[in-house]
Amino acid sequence: MLTRRIIPCLDVRDGQVVKGVRFRDHVVMGGIEELALRYRDEGADELVFYDITASPQGRSADAAWVRRVARHLDIPFCVAGGIRSVADAERILHAGADKISVNSPALERPQLIDELAAAFGVQCVVVGVDSQLLDGELRVHQYTGDPDKTRVVPRETTAWVREAIARGAGEIVLNCMSSDGARNGYDLAQLQAVRAACAVPLIASGGAGTAQHFAEVFRAADVDGALAASVFHSGTLPIPELKSFLRGQGIEIRP
Amino acid sequence: MADVVMLDSGGSNLASVQFAFERLGVAAALSRDPERIRRASHVVLPGVGAAGPGMARLRAAGLDRLIPTLTQPVLGVCLGMQLLFQSSAEGDTACLGILAGRLERFDTARCGRVPHMGWNRIDGVRDSPLLAGLGADAFAYFVHSYAAPVTAATVATCDYGGAFAAVVSERNFHGAQFHPERSALVGARLLANFLELE
Repeated sequence: MLTRRIIPCLDVRDGQVVKGVRFRDHVVMGGIEELALRYRDEGADELVFYDITASPQGRSADAAWVRRVARHLDIPFCVAGGIRSVADAERILHAGADKISVNSPALERPQLIDELAAAFGVQCVVVGVDSQLLDGELRVHQYTGDPDKTRVVPRETTAWVREAIARGAGEIVLNCMSSDGARNGYDLAQLQAVRAACAVPLIASGGAGTAQHFAEVFRAADVDGALAASVFHSGTLPIPELKSFLRGQGIEIRP
Repeated sequence: MADVVMLDSGGSNLASVQFAFERLGVAAALSRDPERIRRASHVVLPGVGAAGPGMARLRAAGLDRLIPTLTQPVLGVCLGMQLLFQSSAEGDTACLGILAGRLERFDTARCGRVPHMGWNRIDGVRDSPLLAGLGADAFAYFVHSYAAPVTAATVATCDYGGAFAAVVSERNFHGAQFHPERSALVGARLLANFLELE
């Protein structure tokens, strides 16, 4: 039985892992490899690294730290941030990342997804989607890394997910913006709607606050993995405790 | 000390597999030189992506004729394992033909989501030194859309809407459908077991 994945997301800035509210008040949490291995030891099934300054600085994530992580880490990891071309993706994948994740650049130029899938196979290509309900419709948002630039794009979320998969996305990460950071639970209604449209693995993001929230999202929205940041970084929900709770709930989890 | 050579067949997980051997204290050299490859104590065929382009890369380097003649332990990883079989439904590709059987795409009606991506349990079906020390609850990381049939060469299976071959072994040819380089202690143990083979 395929197990459900628990995926901590680490924000990287200038070669270090930071936490903060989007672009403000970042606190350095530690070195990238050190934190990656700590989460590995705690039982994380996969890691996502998001280079938060890459896109605003008009560059893609730095292959040097990707290579250092790949050298030490023995669980899969995905890199996001500023990947706009096959050449950008190639640098990250050849440095040892297992997957790359694209978001705003794929909305600017959807053909990017086709190109990445043709070059590396769908298994490497993750499409991140930032979405929330607006006037009764799920709408995709772009440039959410910068509050001043964030804008709504004229795309309905499930339609964009279908298009991304048809173009070659091997996995979708749905970041539900209205629940993000609130720790009140994942946006189950939105995730259910996208699940129905998503034939590839779907990862839930945004809203995790308790172990119960993870159980709910796996049960109610049938997602393949659940991504979270602050609840892990703050230490309020240790991964071993979370995994043992989920197993107790009868959810398939890697020991 | 093992002298490991990885076949430089392109694909993007070369660095990851090389690092996995490095963590076991073994420097794995990349090569497409037949002489160098024949001299190796162990040969690894990595590879991710589609079967057709994978075979095309092997043919371009002349490795499609070399690999079946190798006599030392050979390990195919993920696509590398798939290429050991006769053929793949992926692009209707003729493969190396070392192992009997044809790769078929996961049936979405039975399996649900394709690709099969994530951690799944591997179950030993017969004794093999490759599985030494893995225990009854061994989970490994899989990412693939095509699967190998369970045959006489299968030493461990995995279940995704039905059993498929997760680890194979026949004469000196071995393979893992999952990614040992990304399967934590289970993956490291499988690679260490491979290095013990003579």
